[in-house]
Amino acid sequence: MKWLEKQRDSNHPHICVIDKIIDETPTVRTLYFKDSILANVLPGQFAMVWIPGVNELPMSVMVSDIDDQAALTVRKRGESSTALYNLSVGQQIGVRGPYGNSFEIKDGKILLIGGGTGLVPLMRLIKFSNPSNHITVLMGSQTKNEVFFEETAKKLLVKNSHEIIPVTEDGSYGEKGYVTDILENLLEKNSYDAIYTCGPELMMYKTVQMAQKKGIFVQASLERMMKCGVGICGSCCVNDDLACRDGTIFDGDHLSKKSEFGHSHRTKSGILEEI
Amino acid sequence: MKSSLTTNIGSLTLERPTILASGILGISLDVFKRLHNAGAGAVVTKSLSKEPWEGYPNPTIFSIKGGGWINAVGLSNPGAETFARMIEPNTDVPIIVSLVGSVEDDFEYMIKKFEKCNVSAYELNLSCPHVAKVGLEIGDDIELVSKIIKRVKSVTDVPIIAKVGLGKSDYLETVGAAVSSGVDAITAINTVRAMAIDVETQMPILSNKIGGLSGTPIKPIALRCVYEIASKFDIPIMGCGGISSWEDAVEFILAGSSAVQFGSVMGDHWVETFGEINSGIQNYMERKGYATIGEMVGKAKRQ
Repeated sequence: MKWLEKQRDSNHPHICVIDKIIDETPTVRTLYFKDSILANVLPGQFAMVWIPGVNELPMSVMVSDIDDQAALTVRKRGESSTALYNLSVGQQIGVRGPYGNSFEIKDGKILLIGGGTGLVPLMRLIKFSNPSNHITVLMGSQTKNEVFFEETAKKLLVKNSHEIIPVTEDGSYGEKGYVTDILENLLEKNSYDAIYTCGPELMMYKTVQMAQKKGIFVQASLERMMKCGVGICGSCCVNDDLACRDGTIFDGDHLSKKSEFGHSHRTKSGILEEI
Repeated sequence: MKSSLTTNIGSLTLERPTILASGILGISLDVFKRLHNAGAGAVVTKSLSKEPWEGYPNPTIFSIKGGGWINAVGLSNPGAETFARMIEPNTDVPIIVSLVGSVEDDFEYMIKKFEKCNVSAYELNLSCPHVAKVGLEIGDDIELVSKIIKRVKSVTDVPIIAKVGLGKSDYLETVGAAVSSGVDAITAINTVRAMAIDVETQMPILSNKIGGLSGTPIKPIALRCVYEIASKFDIPIMGCGGISSWEDAVEFILAGSSAVQFGSVMGDHWVETFGEINSGIQNYMERKGYATIGEMVGKAKRQ
């Protein structure tokens, strides 16, 4: 009966079956599944991803080439992310959302700077970006084995004039050093209309500081301990903001007034500790 | 006529009757300030324990289709001592500190940690439905309720509020024990034990399996409890449970609440909720010719 058909509630875990898994690096995988809602979220929005019987994690939504296919890119680190990483094709996950705001898309000369899985929302941002924009992508990782999304970025940027600059801390691939060192060099030579960043907080903190100094529009996507995702539990607060509800994306102007950004985050019990 | 939103809950005076309920958003002084600026008359902290608690793994919250939440966060909190240091700089926000413990010594220990803080009241959480050995198991033990309240009344002059819920014993007996032990006010009610199962994976969704139901589904139950307490006892009440509009708030006041607590509604309407409910109450008071909240409290009971 039509009236009994379930309407999807964005706060309700929607069960999806994983239908493809791609290994990005020895520790990073992208899981693909059919879901027309998550497939079409704005760049930077996230989902709460339920690994049944294990945990539920906030995850930025990755792009896919196929319409109505959604994707999540996960690095195995703790118990829960490893459980998600270890899922096989045919297994189920629950997703709710999308949650959070999205990047404010500017035109012109754009610089993206990301580290590790922080590149996920930046890949989606490229997808939404105007083909006339010149886009520079700085991709940070520790070593050659852990560089990923270089091909993905190339494909997404096929219509844009662009440069993709991999940076490894040990110099085994691309430029040597931290992405923020390379950013510093680029900012000395070039000007940009907007900078977007996601990844380790100290990387974002330095990026925001450098951009602010040059008067360049900058946005960063923050990560915090998250439980509810809807602005009730308070776990993800950054000073008086809730990352899940007011963010996760914040402007540089806003972030430079927040004493916790770049300095501290909260533990599971809510204790503020230094990053 | 300009109606005043100022309300008295026993000796505690608040400029507005809308209060952030415990468990919601309550771990950062900066967030408390934001909520106070948004119109909250007071904020109740997350329930604090002697030691920090991590709470349960996710999923800790489940949304009910059509409104309401089931949560089993598991009373995660930074512990009384750390929290007290965090709120020490507070001067202007009325903060009600919620406490959980197993025995009267726990509560005395924690209250001592707050001696340097500006605390408007302590709310004893005698009714959390999803953590063993604290919460509802305490509220169900009438003798223990008396012991705890007598002890905390002997160690502080700050008003003491007991938060009750629907456990295994008659909650009115818990209220009776609290009142006869000298409690200053009652908060009613806490969330109600509930669960949700996903039919595709055939698993309970919450990691703790059982959680507490909050939001619109429990509003009529909470309203009934407030009405019953107000009818039986002469004690100030803060109504709590599913309040999500000014009409709900007025209903609770008419049933006998001097102030209302809410939080689940913020999942939908966010911090603007406080301002909207406050102005709705004020418009209603002006339309009905009430100068003070006190004139309305329990109005439905007396008719």
